[in-house]
Amino acid sequence: MFQGLFGRRKSKDELKERLKLVLSYDRAKISPANMDALKRELVTVIKKYFPSDDGDLDVKVEQQGDRVVLMANLPVPRG
Amino acid sequence: MNAKAIVVTSGKGGVGKTTTTANVGAALARLGEKVCVVDTDVGLRNLDVVMGLEGRVVYDLIDVFEGRCKLRQAIIRDKRVDTLHLLATSQTRDKSALSESRMKDAVRALLEEEGFDRVLIDSPAGIESGFQTAASAATGALVVVNPEVSSVRDADRIIGLLEAREIPEVRLIVNRLRPEMVKRGDMLEVSDVLDILGVKLIGIVPEDERILISTNVGNPASLDEGPKVAAGAAFRDIAKRIRGDDVAYPSYDQPSGFLASLRRLFGAN
Repeated sequence: MFQGLFGRRKSKDELKERLKLVLSYDRAKISPANMDALKRELVTVIKKYFPSDDGDLDVKVEQQGDRVVLMANLPVPRG
Repeated sequence: MNAKAIVVTSGKGGVGKTTTTANVGAALARLGEKVCVVDTDVGLRNLDVVMGLEGRVVYDLIDVFEGRCKLRQAIIRDKRVDTLHLLATSQTRDKSALSESRMKDAVRALLEEEGFDRVLIDSPAGIESGFQTAASAATGALVVVNPEVSSVRDADRIIGLLEAREIPEVRLIVNRLRPEMVKRGDMLEVSDVLDILGVKLIGIVPEDERILISTNVGNPASLDEGPKVAAGAAFRDIAKRIRGDDVAYPSYDQPSGFLASLRRLFGAN
């Protein structure tokens, strides 16, 4: 009940997040579905060299200033 | 802006391209520039009616391209501001006469032979050949965007295409801003739009029903002097910024306080 008073998420903040995401895909000219395929293939390649968990790999396109960059983040297991 | 030929574009339709072209063109003319506004939306011509000049169109851009008249014969001089001129487009569907080289030739002739200081090119919606032709002759662009999802996405696409054309001066106009919705957090703020699109701002135009009223009678609101029509004043500010003046942005916050609430309560606002 207090959410209405204090915690209502502004609709414009949600819109801004959605726009930033969709525009990064638009600019990179890759669809979210192809991004998933890319991620799956990356996982198989990486697993050949590093034994790791699929779920640890995080792939996304991101706006960095003027550039759109592909970010792949994978913690390398120790030992 | 240094650009003498400026395309007014948006990607999405219905965000206010034609209204912006008419109002900024009229305001620039009021400031003493010899201005020609050019409609390139072949088959869906509207700049003539928005400016109230529909009764005076004899020849249009397509007639010029197809050799049925001289460029000068197709230029209509506005009787309210004698430095304001219109070059209408054709209302028929045939776009085959429209080409980038003809468009470039016409704009160059307007600037070099007819002595215009500024040419504003009203682009059709979309990203197809109509837009490309309109943009081909321009060295500057005014991208009109409404603070909502589809308009912002389309504006991003258009900005990419303008950059691919290496148009040096691309500026953003945030049109139809509703300050009360921004205050509630239900509409993107201008800073959000700039953050997302990453281009320079040149104008903020608040939603204003008097724009529709002035369009109904074919009289650009920017020609009404005085602050009565907030959007008209915003278009005049844009014209000044195009000319290089550093004009501060007014605050569009709702009037607050007891009296204003009373006025709102009794619907007198």
